[in-house]
Amino acid sequence: MLQTSSNQHPVTASGLMKFVETSEGRLEILQRIDLQVASGEAVAILGASGSGKSTLLGLLAGLDEASKGEVRLFDTPLSGLDEDGRAALRAGKVGFVFQSFQLLSGMTALENVMLPLELTGHDSPDQAAAETLSQAGLAQRLHHYPSQLSGGEQQRVALARAFAPGPKVLFADEPTANLDPHTGERVAELLFRLQRHNGTVLILVTHDEMLARRCDRRLYLREGRLEAEA
Amino acid sequence: MNPFSLALRLLRRDWRAGELRLLATALVIAVASVTSVGFFTDRVERAMERQATEVLAADLRLESNQPITESLIEAADQRLLRRAQTLSFPSVMLNNGATQLVQVKAVSDTYPLRGRMRVRDSVSGEDHATESLPQPGEAWLEERLLPLLDLHIGDTIKLGQSPFRIARIISYEPDRSANLFQLAPRVMIRLDEVDKTGLLGPASRVRHYLLLAGSPSQMSDYRQWIETQSRPGIQVEDIRAARPELRIALERGGRFLRLAASTAILLCVVAVALSSRRFVERQSDTSALLRCLGASSRDVGRIFLLRLLSLGVIASLAGSLLGLAAQAVLVELIGHWFTSRIPAPSAWPLLSGLATGILVLIGFSLPSVLRLSEVPPLRVFRRHLGTPPVSYRLFLATALISLGALLMWQIGDDRLAFQLIGGLLAGMAILLLVSRLLVHLLTPLRNRTAGSWRYGLASLSRNPTTTSIQMTGFGLGITVLLVLAMVRVDLLSNWRNALPKESPNQFLINIQPGEVESVRNLLAEGGIETGGPYPMIRGRLISIDDRRISENDYRSPRAQRLATRDFNLSLATEIQSDNKILAGRWWSESEWHEPWFSVEQGLAETLGIPLGSQLAFEVAGQRISGRVENFRSVQWDSFNVNFFVIGTPGLMADLPATYITSFYLPPEKRELLHRLIQAHPSVTALDVTALMQQVRAIMDRGTLAVESVFLFTVAAGLIVLYAGIQASHELRVQETAILRTLGLSRRRLVVSVLLEFTLLGGLAGLISAALASAISYSLATSVFELPWSIDPAMWGIALFGGAAGVGLAGTLASWRLFNTPPMTVLKKA
Repeated sequence: MLQTSSNQHPVTASGLMKFVETSEGRLEILQRIDLQVASGEAVAILGASGSGKSTLLGLLAGLDEASKGEVRLFDTPLSGLDEDGRAALRAGKVGFVFQSFQLLSGMTALENVMLPLELTGHDSPDQAAAETLSQAGLAQRLHHYPSQLSGGEQQRVALARAFAPGPKVLFADEPTANLDPHTGERVAELLFRLQRHNGTVLILVTHDEMLARRCDRRLYLREGRLEAEA
Repeated sequence: MNPFSLALRLLRRDWRAGELRLLATALVIAVASVTSVGFFTDRVERAMERQATEVLAADLRLESNQPITESLIEAADQRLLRRAQTLSFPSVMLNNGATQLVQVKAVSDTYPLRGRMRVRDSVSGEDHATESLPQPGEAWLEERLLPLLDLHIGDTIKLGQSPFRIARIISYEPDRSANLFQLAPRVMIRLDEVDKTGLLGPASRVRHYLLLAGSPSQMSDYRQWIETQSRPGIQVEDIRAARPELRIALERGGRFLRLAASTAILLCVVAVALSSRRFVERQSDTSALLRCLGASSRDVGRIFLLRLLSLGVIASLAGSLLGLAAQAVLVELIGHWFTSRIPAPSAWPLLSGLATGILVLIGFSLPSVLRLSEVPPLRVFRRHLGTPPVSYRLFLATALISLGALLMWQIGDDRLAFQLIGGLLAGMAILLLVSRLLVHLLTPLRNRTAGSWRYGLASLSRNPTTTSIQMTGFGLGITVLLVLAMVRVDLLSNWRNALPKESPNQFLINIQPGEVESVRNLLAEGGIETGGPYPMIRGRLISIDDRRISENDYRSPRAQRLATRDFNLSLATEIQSDNKILAGRWWSESEWHEPWFSVEQGLAETLGIPLGSQLAFEVAGQRISGRVENFRSVQWDSFNVNFFVIGTPGLMADLPATYITSFYLPPEKRELLHRLIQAHPSVTALDVTALMQQVRAIMDRGTLAVESVFLFTVAAGLIVLYAGIQASHELRVQETAILRTLGLSRRRLVVSVLLEFTLLGGLAGLISAALASAISYSLATSVFELPWSIDPAMWGIALFGGAAGVGLAGTLASWRLFNTPPMTVLKKA
């Protein structure tokens, strides 16, 4: 079991387990996961559908509570925090990118990106959001609504939103799965460019080997256990 | 983070995205209905009240047997009240050797302050309103005086030492109806001509009146002031002490209006509750995302609370302005029905609109919206994790408190408010239970059907909770609309039927016992039907349970007056058809000899007479006493002869009595009345046609006002319908896309949606018909005290109207989905 965590390892998990009680007995989704992710590192977690990848991502991000074991985010054990405490820990320091983009349909691209900046009390959220969107190649699309954007453009807005507050850790759940290969490639390019530029930890869940190869490390989730690349 | 600015930005963005339109529209209509009804009823009630003040020809009347003291007049002048003075005294008029007791009324230039006199220039002429008064040297007379003294228009009569020319016939004087049963016919002259008649001396039986009118605040100020003054011998009367026929007509009109306003509130809260539910469902993603991005549940709660309150204030303001505009149109439509200008709107309904909007939101939206702060952030990965359902008890508690407060405030009648809330709760419970049961019964049918029927039935049973909520929403909407329709059609027509066209318009009083047979025969010869004559005994109540009563025992002017004046008693063997026993029982033939009284309920309440108590009356120097055997309600607005107190024959048969009767005299038979008066000069004939017209006018205006208010309730009903349809919209979007992807034709899709909503509407309509019948029965019998009968047509309208209305509206509201490419939907998901 991993015993230590430090500022060099913003995300660590030790003995992490997740199970649910069903009428047919206990269903173990994750079994004794140990993980240590270094600053600036990009880690891919691969696995078949239903292997528990998204569950692990949720636990690492503090969106869900583990049945056993511990997650430390920025050296803070999540088990000691309630839901609001975990939210406060994430604010401005953790970003998310989702398979289904999760853009708010009633907001323009600019407004979507401004949202996390406003939550963290940024001085000029509109300016910062516009700059990040420009970096994502969407300077001409600031005032478009999600429904007026292509899938690739929507995911680039989602990336801009995730990176705008300058997060230390970014959790990405199948960020290119809803995109065609060409668009997916362009989005992946942007994701890693921004990640390296900001020195952000990237924990990427995917079943796309090509995408995973861009990461510093690849881990496989099989039958609830996390295995390093053979 | 500044939650307020973020909340405002989100609100603005949500509005642009259409997220809040349904909730805001429901709220705007709620507030617009309430404020338009509020503005409108406020103005109409004030106008109706002003019109009713005609009964006193003033807002307030001071009466004394001494000249009104200067201090009372000065206080009125200081408050800038308008005033008029009148005098009334009996006198004897002579003509060609015949004499007749008359009641002279002398009026100042400003008389009347409220209402207008109606006069005829000749016996056969049409009566018309007039602003003028008798000119110097002129007298105006009541028509019945002409045959008694063989007088004609243009003749000169002498009052004391002064001659007066008969210029006009008085057919209506506003304040005459407050003292209808005055025996002597009226002669009206100018106040400044009284002295020269020389009729008034120190011992004259003169009544002095000071009439006052002004704005409500001015009047209230004067009323408060006069309450603190010592005023021996001065009686203060306002509209509440006026004739019971008019008071009841006004009160009923007010109740109808307030009921209409309350139904609009009920419908709107249903719409707000339904649209809040949808809003919460659609905002779950935003909440999860905000929490994912680091907002605490408190932040999220504050953001949604501020959004809700901002929306409440904005929508309430918009609703209030819409209400203001709408009532202006209404007032424009019916303004000409009123004899005087409708008063300007006050600010009160605007404030009440704002408060209504906020109360509705807090009661029906806040508990669900605050649950948004509890959305698990994991929803970003797991779509099935939604907003935790609001605690049933919490929702019910806030909803009941806010609705209770709203209704009691708006209706101002606790009993009616509780009935409505009880009805709503019972209705909701019944609708929820029955709809659940129906969904359960319909579920197996889907396996026995095919095609569109199967999809339609499957849609109903796929989510029993949503279906039950939808059916409850539709059901409540239809129920309220049905109740209102019945109120409008049935209760209003019953109300008007309480005063049928051939209601008695003539009273004959002071018929001596020896004249009863002759009067009856004369009327029968003329083809006039009459229920009487009834014996009338003048008596004064002197004690209740051996406790002597005096004016000082009571605070209300009416009670004080009743405690000091004679009033009319009668005796009867049978109860009159327009009377109803409310407590105790009527006497049987074997009990006629018992010393018992039957007392009108209102009188018993005013004077504090308990059932079973011993009453003593002084009748012509004789003391009689008996037990109160029952309380009766009396339909005063029927214009039949009625009495506050009736005794058994054994108790009252030997007392000196005159007789009274009432009957309907068609205009073409007026000559019969002249013959009757000439044959029986001591009999007094009273023509109440003008008073009845006044009552009818109040009823007509009340009816029209309720019908106008009904339009707002219909609008509120439509928004409930729309909110109900939208309740299943999210599910339908997804399912429609999947079904179309799987190859279901557009036509079959349309038919299945049509079937789904038609079934929903039809079933909701059926339950609503049963509920509406029960509610209208309760309202008719216990609130409006009117007869009620079951209406089979209403059941048909509810069933087919519900099915067709909801079916068509639901299908049309879903039309856009039928034309949306499935890919667009599936890509979004």
